[in-house]
Amino acid sequence: MVAINGKDYAAAGKNLSSVLTEMKYDFRTIAVEINEEIVSKQFYEETILNDGDVVEVVSFVGGG
Amino acid sequence: MMVSKDEYYQALVERHGIDNQKKFDKATVAICGLGGLGSNVAICLARVGIGRLILIDFDKVDVTNLHRQQYKISQVGMAKVDALRENLLEINPFITVETYRVKMDESNSIELIKDADIVCEAFDKPECKSMLTDIVFTNFKDKYLVSASGMAGFKSANDIVTKKLTSHFYISGDGVSDVNEGIGLVSSRVMTCAGHEAHMIIRLLIGENNP
Repeated sequence: MVAINGKDYAAAGKNLSSVLTEMKYDFRTIAVEINEEIVSKQFYEETILNDGDVVEVVSFVGGG
Repeated sequence: MMVSKDEYYQALVERHGIDNQKKFDKATVAICGLGGLGSNVAICLARVGIGRLILIDFDKVDVTNLHRQQYKISQVGMAKVDALRENLLEINPFITVETYRVKMDESNSIELIKDADIVCEAFDKPECKSMLTDIVFTNFKDKYLVSASGMAGFKSANDIVTKKLTSHFYISGDGVSDVNEGIGLVSSRVMTCAGHEAHMIIRLLIGENNP
């Protein structure tokens, strides 16, 4: 299982890009960390999620 | 009344301690975006005596900014970088303030932030916040990024918190109050969030890594 924002998903073996797309995230407004490391957007496609990974997706909102 | 550099410095040392003040003296912080967050963060950091501030913004001061941003009515129409520089140096003339009137993008950002120990994200658009996160951690694994998300509206100021997401990435805000959902920005709540960002930056500079 892969924990994404605190919930378990059967996402091990899938690539990050397809998982984020399935979850309907807008790539332009997020930051993703896996096991406390930020993943560069250029590596979303080639990053394969592993069993036990802890993923946090930050969705930025507007205002400043 | 004229205040000498020594008098000013002594006043800072008395509040912060000499060891901390020396860390502030040699610190460089880049502030990306000079709206409600960035202008308030800059004022906090200038008061603390951060040695070198890099201010980056493409915009001009507009009358619609005055309800929350640290500009004056006499500065409407000025470039924000110039107006803020003027205001900061009125508060603390003994720091270095570098200004860049540009819109940050993938091609110019690396050069603009390369000297900074800590990068402060203070944009208003979520796309820009996301872009800067990507640029910082793709190119500079050792820099700290202090960002903000969610500070619009009249909800409680107590909902604004700072979270540590990685060893080098912090976000202040409530995470959800989106200005694009028709709730306006209110000076006190934006200032609370800016205070969180500024305080995290100050803590990192003295070696405190927890929010």
